[in-house]
Amino acid sequence: MSGPRVLIVDDHQLFRAGVRAELEPLLEIAGEASSVDEAVEAIEAHAPDVVLLDVHMPDGGGVEVIRRTAERTGTPPCFLALSVSDAAEDVIAVIRAGARGYVTKSISGEELADAVRRVNDGDAVFSPRLAGFVLDAFAGPAPQPESELDALTAREREVLQHIARGYMYKEIALRLDISPKTVEAHVSSVLRKLQLSSRHELTRWAAERGLDL
Amino acid sequence: MTTSDASARVLRRDRSGGWIGGVAAGIARRFGIDVSLVRLAFVVATAAGGAGLAAYALGWLLIPSGDSAPARARIRTGRAAVEVALGTGLLLLAVLLTFRALGIWFSDAIVWPLVLIASGGALIWRQSMAGTTPAAGAPPARARSSPPAAAARPATESRPAAAASGPEAEGLRVAVALDRKTAVAEGRRAAVAISRTGLGIALVIAAGFVFLQATGALGAARDVLLAVVAAVVVLGVIFAPWIVRLVRSLTQERAERIRSQERAEVAAHLHDSVLQTLAMVQRRSEDPAEVASLARRQERELRAWLADRPAPGQAARLAAALEAAAEQVEESHGVPVEVVVVGDRDLDPAHEALVASAREAMTNAAKFGGGSPVDVYAESDGSRTQVFVRDRGPGFDPASVPEDRRGVRESIVGRMRRHGGRARVTSAPGAGTEVELSLEERR
Repeated sequence: MSGPRVLIVDDHQLFRAGVRAELEPLLEIAGEASSVDEAVEAIEAHAPDVVLLDVHMPDGGGVEVIRRTAERTGTPPCFLALSVSDAAEDVIAVIRAGARGYVTKSISGEELADAVRRVNDGDAVFSPRLAGFVLDAFAGPAPQPESELDALTAREREVLQHIARGYMYKEIALRLDISPKTVEAHVSSVLRKLQLSSRHELTRWAAERGLDL
Repeated sequence: MTTSDASARVLRRDRSGGWIGGVAAGIARRFGIDVSLVRLAFVVATAAGGAGLAAYALGWLLIPSGDSAPARARIRTGRAAVEVALGTGLLLLAVLLTFRALGIWFSDAIVWPLVLIASGGALIWRQSMAGTTPAAGAPPARARSSPPAAAARPATESRPAAAASGPEAEGLRVAVALDRKTAVAEGRRAAVAISRTGLGIALVIAAGFVFLQATGALGAARDVLLAVVAAVVVLGVIFAPWIVRLVRSLTQERAERIRSQERAEVAAHLHDSVLQTLAMVQRRSEDPAEVASLARRQERELRAWLADRPAPGQAARLAAALEAAAEQVEESHGVPVEVVVVGDRDLDPAHEALVASAREAMTNAAKFGGGSPVDVYAESDGSRTQVFVRDRGPGFDPASVPEDRRGVRESIVGRMRRHGGRARVTSAPGAGTEVELSLEERR
């Protein structure tokens, strides 16, 4: 089967089995890992295209996996965070560490497979909740308008609002009368801002999680 | 006080206007009196035993010179207040020495201890009162009672002390006003309070010493004190390990108690919620819809608890009210309702109507959305609030709306209009339905 090879990282065996059962008909599963150490080794051993990453694990969780993988040589895989947590600081921290997207564990198998493919294509994946957090974090005037990274454009806000309202990318393209590729571009640009912006809300979240960003 | 006259309130040596070091000119400017009067006081005090000379020298040393730029003055208000108090004290000392030299004097053994006790006691008293009442308007620094009066009537001890602490208190109030919001200021205020109380205590103790010294009773008192100090040191050395251990175990016990209290709280909550739900799930395992709804309700409740949000249905805030509405719809229709809220606000009648309309829209989406999940997105920036309720059901052609559904729609649209808001329903066959509610704050 062609398509991205996926590594599932989660410390709950039951959950890994569930995700595997749902994804197996749709994608190739490269392996599983149940801890930060195992994940770092499995990424080196299996060289997956996409890593489905649990945010909450002992010894640092998903953020630690991304950090340690980045220290090693070779091209790192794409990370897609998958978590039951909907706390803003968890979500923002893992995105700022380098994940290409964030989906909650209540997502359906088909939607998850779609998200994995999209991340593998280099696009960003935002769940409605993540879109809500980003809009919240970027609300109000930027602390210092020194960087365009610290504010969202009107179009980006519009796209994020539609994601938060539960629209798919294709539907957003249709409603805003732009191409799906343009929607992707806006979302990727928001992700970049999320990772690089110096807005103090984001920096504070990162600092609370012990991230050096 | 305003910032414009703040510079005049700070005691600085005025070198440009002074003859020698600018001490007299500085004091004169600070208190708004004629500089020649101050100079006269210094000269008289010098003639009456050299005290004026000493006071001038001290003033030269202690009072910072130069430009009292407002910015600098504002930042260093705390220190400036101390300097003002020092300067005032020195001036008082000069006056006292003058009177002493002039012979208007009772006895060293009475006057000095009384002055020290009065100022020290007033400092301590004021500090302990400051905790309960804000420093009331202290009399202006110029209202200074004469030393004989203070010596003869110790009951009025607050008067010279108030004179000394007046400018100081004002300085403190300015410092507090500037930094009220910072925790640093809290710490600084505590430090000021402690150092002030300490200074007061030192003054009172010094008064006792001066009195004993003057009456010749110090020798005996010193022997007793020495014995007491020696005993305390010896006992301290002997019992130090026990004392340290006691303190440590007390701290440990306290931490332990807090931990176990927290544990008990968590356990109680898990027992009331999660364990109960798990038991229910086991009993209802043959009904998947019921199990799903139980799990969903429990998840919602646990998330609210983890995020330290008030449980839905308790708070008069927009986000909590929408969550509560979503929960009710979810429970009665068995369809998941996802709520994402950006910003939050208090609920007034208009926004309560908005929430009620949103609940109506959620109910519709759950009923006619073909079992698809319902997405609710709300955004409020304080003046404008928008709520979107969307399902991915079969949708409908708005032109051919069945009568019963139109009724419900009217209740949403009509209610919003009555409260100065707007509602719009967008739908097309196969594309789901979205209800948009918006409300602008009326000015």
